[in-house]
Amino acid sequence: MKRLFPVLLILCIGMFAYAPFLIVNAPYESTMGLVQKIFYFHVAAAMTMFVAAFTCGIASAVFLFGRRPGADRVGFAAAEITVLLGLIVLISGPLWARKAWGVWWQWDARLTSTLVMWLVFQAYLLLRRFGGPGSDKLSAAVAIFGAALVPFVYWSVNMWRTVHPTTSVVPTLDASMRGPLFWCFGAFLCLFLLLLAARTELQERRARLDDLYLALEDS
Amino acid sequence: MTFLATAALVARKDLLVETRSREVIYTSLLFAISCMLVFAFGLVKEGRVVADAAAAILWITIAFAGTLALGRIFDRERQNETLRALLLAPAPRAAIYVGKLAGVLALLLLVEAIVVPLVVLMFDAPLFRHAGAMLALLLAGSTGYAAVGTLFAAMLARSRSRGALLPVLLYPITVPVIIGGVRGTAALLQPEADMVVARAWLMMLISFDAVFITLSLWTFEPAMTE
Repeated sequence: MKRLFPVLLILCIGMFAYAPFLIVNAPYESTMGLVQKIFYFHVAAAMTMFVAAFTCGIASAVFLFGRRPGADRVGFAAAEITVLLGLIVLISGPLWARKAWGVWWQWDARLTSTLVMWLVFQAYLLLRRFGGPGSDKLSAAVAIFGAALVPFVYWSVNMWRTVHPTTSVVPTLDASMRGPLFWCFGAFLCLFLLLLAARTELQERRARLDDLYLALEDS
Repeated sequence: MTFLATAALVARKDLLVETRSREVIYTSLLFAISCMLVFAFGLVKEGRVVADAAAAILWITIAFAGTLALGRIFDRERQNETLRALLLAPAPRAAIYVGKLAGVLALLLLVEAIVVPLVVLMFDAPLFRHAGAMLALLLAGSTGYAAVGTLFAAMLARSRSRGALLPVLLYPITVPVIIGGVRGTAALLQPEADMVVARAWLMMLISFDAVFITLSLWTFEPAMTE
């Protein structure tokens, strides 16, 4: 992983640097115009957020049932990135929604389930920070529950919304827009891997330092 | 001792402690009533309750009072150092969880037995018109809420700042219970009760219960080890 780090860093910087050019050259969406361009970062960040959350859920399950401390460090790093990407999604989304729907927020299934998921991972981090000893296992359970929760929230809000239907904007994607979107998704994925590697490494070193302190006290 | 006997024993112990002190039931009940009072200020307009507000008041009150009860039940275990004794007992952890869940659920249902008639009286909501469906919604909703709540309250019992962390963990995870309960109840409260919608929500609550009880049984054992 350590040798891969500089490669990922350069790739990530390059992809993010080139992304604005691709986005500028992508065709304008007919009704929304310029604001629609938020889409490329918004959707890419959202897709990466789900990858991060999924990573955290799996790593937590491996930690809890396989008792592998390494998995816990990956889970913790992935949870941090989920919250970070969630923040990007939840800020860029309303900016776009204001222009497209005329409101900052709608209680639609996708929005609500993203918010709930973001809150669950915030709770995970809070628990890590303020929970004291033993919070690693507890937070792993929170991550597993959070992963199981999303389909339920999605279904329930969707159902509540179909009882009271509202108009929604479903983006139908042209091939000329798909290219920049996947480029941005790739950039965000690189960023995710980069941050994941960095934070996991940091956790590893912290754990090693703790072990050294303990060994020093024992000797 | 069989699994169920162990669970029954744990539940019996909790209820016995509670019937002697009555601490949790009194505090959560009074808290529930104060909750309804606060909602009345926001959701009653010119003497009339805002549409669907009664359903929301009922379920939010249950959720808030439930958090209070959950925190207190496990605080008691921690103060008397009995949680460790319980975990040291040569019994399957899952049985201890089921016993705790039964105890919490019994208390929650007791609180509901008083809150539901109060909502009927104070907010003029015909909750008893479809008593069977309402009871099923309450049972399914409370089971899901208590299942997740018992797991997290038990795990938080030994950690710092548990009072602040329990609601932060519990509310996002039990959002489907709140949505299902509120929408299902609102469907029943309509002038023409919408049984199809209510049944759909009931099914959602039951499947939520099944998934989350399974997950809880599964995670309780590894998460509660020292």
